[in-house]
Amino acid sequence: MSLLVDLVLVALILMAAVWTVLVRDRRDAVIAFIVLGLLLSLVWMRLYAVDVALTEAAVGGGATGLVLLRACARLLPVEAEGRLPGPGTQIAAGLLSAIAAAGLAAVVLSPPVPYPSLAALAAENIHQVGLGNPVTAVLLAYRSLDTLLEKVVLVLAVIGVWALTPDAFWGGAPGSLKSKHASGALDLLARVLPPFGIVVGIYLVWNGADHPGGTFQGGTVLAAMWLLMMMADLADPPEIRLKRLRRLVVFGPAVFIAAGFAGIFMSGWFLSYPPDYAKPIIVAVEAALALSIAVILGLLVAGPAAEPPKR
Amino acid sequence: MSVVLDAFTVITVTAGLVFFLAGTVGLLRFPDALTRLHALTKADNLGLGLIVLGLLPQCPDITSALKLIAIWVLVQFAGASASQLIAQFVRRNEPGP
Repeated sequence: MSLLVDLVLVALILMAAVWTVLVRDRRDAVIAFIVLGLLLSLVWMRLYAVDVALTEAAVGGGATGLVLLRACARLLPVEAEGRLPGPGTQIAAGLLSAIAAAGLAAVVLSPPVPYPSLAALAAENIHQVGLGNPVTAVLLAYRSLDTLLEKVVLVLAVIGVWALTPDAFWGGAPGSLKSKHASGALDLLARVLPPFGIVVGIYLVWNGADHPGGTFQGGTVLAAMWLLMMMADLADPPEIRLKRLRRLVVFGPAVFIAAGFAGIFMSGWFLSYPPDYAKPIIVAVEAALALSIAVILGLLVAGPAAEPPKR
Repeated sequence: MSVVLDAFTVITVTAGLVFFLAGTVGLLRFPDALTRLHALTKADNLGLGLIVLGLLPQCPDITSALKLIAIWVLVQFAGASASQLIAQFVRRNEPGP
């Protein structure tokens, strides 16, 4: 019975993937990609990887989809000119994608035997970290350097988006996200949903220590609430010159790095936590990161500044 | 007692699935966007409602039951708002009578 469910899921994913590639219209392709992300999160659920499923649904389906939809809207004038890359470029792009896919398939289909795994070792030592959720333990204790660099990359992404701002608009606010047509339904949604969304976001972060959930999932939910309010014109996109905004962007990574250096004095290594205080430190770092991730994702969707700063 | 509760679950969840099936058929077969939305809301409201109702007796504690109900309420709210937005978009873009 469960095999049948898995087979249907696999068939649906293949269909969504082929649809994403083959469909002509760019916006249709993005919508197919969002569907693909949601289906993938179901696969992670079937594999009992709830943390990954939550991340895939929130980031892969939600946040990335929104960023791509915004990019589509931005590209519309370019598309109207009807300039497509030449056949040489298209064939080269297709070949590169096929080689990448074949390489990935070769790696996935021929795993080394026995499969190298640190899972047993990680599970054995989890009590030293004081967390109940092994995913969070891996992310913030065993592989904390990777996680730290991931968050720094997010800050760089915001700088990259802001770098696209025309000189005249530098320091101003990103283009408004609101729809041209006022909508009572959207207004109601943006007034009623955020209190619940904020509670759910904080719950996901807090819960991440011992149960599925974590900074990225919680931060994305918080960002979604902020974006919803911007879309309904209940909040303006902030001017990117604001010191407070920039401090919020780097706050999470800064706290993470500070905790890392504190580790040198407390237990001898960068990013090592003393066993007795590991959990409070990790939870504090996660809370700071979630706040920064929420602000960063909101800014990434809002895009570069599109109006001059107000005096 | 548990047999009665299990039977209740099976019957209501099956009824919920019937609404989902009907909603899907409507989504695929109805001629325009507004009627398709109409079909979808049946799946959202009644289908999910019946499934949640059917799962309530299977909950190990009151918190899980409340979470299930909260999910249903949130889906109701989000679904209704999204349907309104789609319908408004359709109305704006169709030629006036």
